[in-house]
Amino acid sequence: MKVSVQEAPFDFAAEMAAFGVGRADVGAVVSFIGVVRDDTGRMRALELEHYPGMTERAVTKITEEAIARWNLVDALVIHRHGRLGIGEQIMMVATAARHRGDAFAAAEFLMDYLKSRAPFWKKEHGLGGETDWVAAKDSDEDALKRW
Amino acid sequence: MIEVLYFAWVRERIGKARESVETGAATVAELVTELRAREPRYEAAFADTSALRVALDQELSEFDASLAGVREVAFFPPMTGG
Repeated sequence: MKVSVQEAPFDFAAEMAAFGVGRADVGAVVSFIGVVRDDTGRMRALELEHYPGMTERAVTKITEEAIARWNLVDALVIHRHGRLGIGEQIMMVATAARHRGDAFAAAEFLMDYLKSRAPFWKKEHGLGGETDWVAAKDSDEDALKRW
Repeated sequence: MIEVLYFAWVRERIGKARESVETGAATVAELVTELRAREPRYEAAFADTSALRVALDQELSEFDASLAGVREVAFFPPMTGG
């Protein structure tokens, strides 16, 4: 298991090259990358505030839960904080399991929980210098109920 | 003495990221009542606690939770990670 909360960019290819290799019991690897999106055409950057200490604890707990629940062989979560430009990678998740069903389900579970149970807060910075905290969506909270 | 931390727009409204608070509050809700009575900026931040979340010693908790033995309380809006 690897969990990292960091400001620096991550190297997705290098992380995946080292993930779940050399294991005879891995039959499926699923990976996901979250990217900074601009829906309005008026965004300059996205800032991610976090709660140092609690963030690492919360992400570790969520990852451990995914590993136990889907009997994962391995799991990896990297989540960035700080100021990110449009198109930059915010976070990545990878899961390794015997079968693809478990790998996909665990990756979706991780995404749903990281979105509303890990202490990160997004703030949009507009082209004109205006800022706006991103509001949590009811649909994000609803997404947790399926687990 | 309890360390109180604020994040995101709660931090911006109150104008500080953390402070040490001398309090006799038994629950989170009592602490909120004490803080709200301090100054208008606290009142503005805590006006609607249904829009807030609380963590006790870095674990998500509830506003009716006890503060017994708690060293660190954090207030913040619903999280938007991922």
